[in-house]
Amino acid sequence: MAETIPAGSTTDGVIQVGQPTDARVSAPASYDVADFPVPHGREEDWRFTPLERLRGLHDGTAVADGGVKVEVTAPEGVTVETVGRDDARLGKAGKPVDRVAAQAYSSFEKASVVSVPKETVLTEPVRIAVHGEGGTAFGHQVIEVGAFAEAVVVIDHTGDATVATNVEYLIGDGAKLTVVSVQDWDDTAVHVGQHTALVGRDATFKSVVVTFGGDLVRLHPRVVYGAPGGEAELYGLYFTDNGQHQEHRLFIDHDTPHCRSNVAYKGALQGQEAHAVWIGDVLIRAAAEGTDTYELNRNLVLTDGARVDSVPNLEIETGEIVGAGHASATGRFEDEQLFYLMARGIPADEARRLVVRGFFAELVQQIGLPELEERLIAKIEAELEASVG
Amino acid sequence: MATLEIHDLHVSVDAEGGPREILRGVDLTVKQGETHAIMGPNGSGKSTLAYSLAGHPKYTVTGGTVTLDGEDVLAMSVDERARAGVFLAMQYPVEVPGVSVSNFLRTSATAIRGEAPKLRTWVKEVKEAMERLHIDPSFAERNVNEGFSGGEKKRHEILQLELLKPAIAILDETDSGLDVDALRVVSEGVNRVRESGRVGTLLITHYTRILRYIKPDHVHVFAAGRIAESGGPELADKLEEEGYEAYAKGGASE
Repeated sequence: MAETIPAGSTTDGVIQVGQPTDARVSAPASYDVADFPVPHGREEDWRFTPLERLRGLHDGTAVADGGVKVEVTAPEGVTVETVGRDDARLGKAGKPVDRVAAQAYSSFEKASVVSVPKETVLTEPVRIAVHGEGGTAFGHQVIEVGAFAEAVVVIDHTGDATVATNVEYLIGDGAKLTVVSVQDWDDTAVHVGQHTALVGRDATFKSVVVTFGGDLVRLHPRVVYGAPGGEAELYGLYFTDNGQHQEHRLFIDHDTPHCRSNVAYKGALQGQEAHAVWIGDVLIRAAAEGTDTYELNRNLVLTDGARVDSVPNLEIETGEIVGAGHASATGRFEDEQLFYLMARGIPADEARRLVVRGFFAELVQQIGLPELEERLIAKIEAELEASVG
Repeated sequence: MATLEIHDLHVSVDAEGGPREILRGVDLTVKQGETHAIMGPNGSGKSTLAYSLAGHPKYTVTGGTVTLDGEDVLAMSVDERARAGVFLAMQYPVEVPGVSVSNFLRTSATAIRGEAPKLRTWVKEVKEAMERLHIDPSFAERNVNEGFSGGEKKRHEILQLELLKPAIAILDETDSGLDVDALRVVSEGVNRVRESGRVGTLLITHYTRILRYIKPDHVHVFAAGRIAESGGPELADKLEEEGYEAYAKGGASE
């Protein structure tokens, strides 16, 4: 694919050295919404987001009405609780980093806590179904996996809703947690979420974020390490259509020695006013010797009128690391490619399918969850059918 | 018997300051089993003819007709032309990232043949065709044309020619950029397809070198957007000795 950039978009990488904090947040992290000014849209961390489509989540005018249902289905051995605001397990992974996350933290009434006891190895996933019925909600979810436990959690978002949530993953020493978060909302939903993982000693965290739906989806997957030896893999896949705004803002805070992180996000865009934003911030602090990190973002623009903003940002404060790298590229499905495939008898819509399937195939295989693989491929086909077919 | 008939074809491209006419009344008939060499200086419109026949959107047909067995080729979309039996081996084959050669070949063969080839015989068919063209089996899993050398791209084009078995094969400067060994391998591939007697070949070239390996029945000299002279193979010998100077006047249109 030619590494050309569609008009009106930016793709740039920056390596900065010596900035001691998460440079992209406009205010220090806090649990209290009052600590954040209402964003006006020119802040570094809000400049890509159409504030007028947030339905008041950012300025205090959104009012919870309960029109969102959450159902948790868990295999035996897993504890599912609904707890009050004072539960000691809440807020442990990290503070909200922007006004909407703080609004969610300040506004939720009950939180859901899913606990996998130590040394428990689940053979079935925990399923969390979030279904919007046209309402507005502030949510808080904690998923706690004890030492040496292993679990897969699948969170499905469907229906129409306006939601702001914080999700915390507390991963015990030597534990393995895989979380699949699928944003399969109706094209009217607004979803803003901060996902923060606290990775324990020698623990493994795998995050798979899949965004197909929504009018506006803005997610903030974040990783912090509690002790050495932690490993985080963050995969993402998005398909941004006509008029959709899908924004993924990752932050990996390497503040602990000998931890690893690997990020791979891929997105396809088609249609007028389709807008995908990917921000990949990795900070390697002075103490984090032996860090090994890599992040990648690839975008495939299928039609005119779509826009991508892809900004990898790597900040390194120590030279004593194993590796650090990033890559970002936005390619267009070129008329010449279409002509070449059609000149071999392949109809235009099938040619487009062939290219998109190929684009995602490697990532889908890398995710390594066969059940999800089939579902993702089917979903990608359906997205293509819906808009091309 | 498949026959491609080009009559008084006029083609323009959009250029700064408005459309520019490149083909100025091309007349040519190619029958199944025949090989026509089209030779001409740079800028004479040879490649425009090739791409116009395949239906590239950059070119606008402003006059004339092209028919394949009486069917109006110009009314067909690019993929319809390919399925009707027109194949263009491109001078600059396009990279298609994310799509493996094996997936591409099978999808294409399915489209052209109207049904998916049976897997077992297909795998064998591809493997044998690749061996004949000295293409390493690992190419099947590589992305289409991505990172291929010039010679590898041309062999990949001829591999498609062998597998898709078109009625009319247009080879656009397939010889350019090839060393003698690669030229021989590619020419042998073209000759295997020609020997079937089922293909009409339009061999577009700047050089006479490839005609030592692929013997044309007819040679046409292209100049200033139309055929300036037609003859038998002896016309190529004349060009070899005298070059294109005699035709160069009024050229430079590409």
